Amino acid sequence: MTLTDLANPTKFLALTARVLPWLVGATILLFLIGLYQSATAPDDYQQGATVKIMFIHVPNAWLSMLVWAVMSAAALGTLVWRHPLADVAAKAAAPIGAAFTFLALLTGSLWGRPMWGTYWEWDARLTSVLILFLMYLGLMALWRAVEDPSRAARAAAVLTLVGAINLPIIKFSVDWWNTLHQPASVFRMGGSTLDRAFLIPLLVMALAFTLLFVTLHLAAMRNEILRRRVRSLQMMQASQKAA
Amino acid sequence: MSALGALIQRDIRIALRVGGGALIGVLFFLTVVVLMPFAVGPDLKLLARLGPAILWLGALLSSLLTLDRLFMADHEDGSLDLIAMARTPLELACAAKALAHWLASGLPLIIATPVLGLLLNLDVPATSAVAMTLLAGTPALTFTGMIGAALAVTLHRGGLLLAVLVLPLSIPVLIFGVAASEAAITGPHSFGAPFAILCALSLVSLVVGPFAAAVSLRHGLD
Repeated sequence: MTLTDLANPTKFLALTARVLPWLVGATILLFLIGLYQSATAPDDYQQGATVKIMFIHVPNAWLSMLVWAVMSAAALGTLVWRHPLADVAAKAAAPIGAAFTFLALLTGSLWGRPMWGTYWEWDARLTSVLILFLMYLGLMALWRAVEDPSRAARAAAVLTLVGAINLPIIKFSVDWWNTLHQPASVFRMGGSTLDRAFLIPLLVMALAFTLLFVTLHLAAMRNEILRRRVRSLQMMQASQKAA
Repeated sequence: MSALGALIQRDIRIALRVGGGALIGVLFFLTVVVLMPFAVGPDLKLLARLGPAILWLGALLSSLLTLDRLFMADHEDGSLDLIAMARTPLELACAAKALAHWLASGLPLIIATPVLGLLLNLDVPATSAVAMTLLAGTPALTFTGMIGAALAVTLHRGGLLLAVLVLPLSIPVLIFGVAASEAAITGPHSFGAPFAILCALSLVSLVVGPFAAAVSLRHGLD
C-alpha cells in the first residue's frame, strides 16, 4: 500500500484500525524491557542513582525535536504536494510534541536540582528548548484560531517550516555557546562516549518512546479524521434545516 | 515610477497621516522606557546598566504592536487582493510593504533612541552603540514580524496570537542586539561578532520573510 493509497482517509482508517493494536502491544513490550534495563543499570560513580533520569529525559528531548521534524515533513506535504492527510498528521502531532517538550523540560529541571543546584538556568540549550515549547503552543493556538481546518493547515504549515530553524540551533547550542548543559554524548562525530551499560537502556527507551509517539500519532490522526467527518455532517445537517 | 516604488510611497504616506500609526510606535516606545524607572527604581547607575536592554525591549514591543497595521488595513478595504492579483510578484510586494513599514515605524524608533538614552542615564557612546544595533536589528524584527502578520491577516481577532507567533522568532535578534550593545559599552568581548550575527539575521529575514509572507497571503486570501 503506497503513500498515495493512504491519502484516502477511509483506507487510512482501515489500515490503522488493523495496525494500532500491534503497535500498542509493541510499545508496552519495549517500555517493559526498557524500564527493566534502566532499573538494573549500574549507578554512576559521580551521580549515583540520579543518572537514571537520563533514561526518561533524553528520549523525551530527542522526541520533542523529532516531532517538529515530522510536522515539517507534513507541512511540506501540505504546501508542495497537497497530500490530503498531511494537514491531519501535522495537527495531530502538535499537542504530542508539546507534551514531550514539556516532559523534557520537567525531567531536566528535576535532574538539574540535585546535579547543578538549580531548577533552571538560562543557558543556550534550556532557553532554546523553552522557545521550542512556546512555538509548539503558538502553533496549537494557530490551528484552533481558524474555523476551516484546511485553511488553518496552510498557515500552520508556513509557521512549522519557519520554526524548523530552531532544531539545528537546539542541537548545536551546546557546541556554539559555553553552556551549563553538557555537550553531546551520543550523536557526535567520533561516536558515542556513553558506556554500553548506559547506552543500551537509553537506546531501548528511545525506541520505546518513539513507538509511543507513532501509536499516539496514528490514534490522534484517526480522531482528527473522525472529528472532521462529524463537522461536515453537522454542516450538512444545518444547511438542510435551513433549506 | 515603478510599481514597487509607488507601493512604498503609498504605504509611507498612509502611515504618516492621521490614523496611520507611524508615530504611535514612537509614543509607545517612549511610554515603555518611561515606565521602567517606575518599576526598577530611580537609581541612575542601575538604569545605565539596564539601559541597552530597556531600549531594545521597548523597540521590540513597539515594533510588535505596529505589525498589525502591515496587512490588516489593506485586507479590510480590499487593496491586498488587488496587490496579490497584480503582475508584480507578491514576494516583492511584501518586501516593499515591509520596507515602507520599517521606514515609517522602525526608523523613528532609532531617531528617538538618543533622547530616550538621556532618560536612562546613558552617555553618548553607549547610546550610539544601541542606536547602531537597533539600525541593524529592527529590519530583522520587521521582516520576521511580517511572517506573523501575514499569517494573522485572515484572523479577525488576530492581535495577540500574532504577538505569540512572532516573539519566539524575534528572541535571537534581541539576544544579539543587547549582546552587541553591552559589548560596545562595557565588555572585554568584541562588538563585531554579535553585531555581524545581527546583520546576518537581518539579511536572512530580508530573504525568507517575503517568501514566507507571500505563501501565507496566497493561501490565506483564497
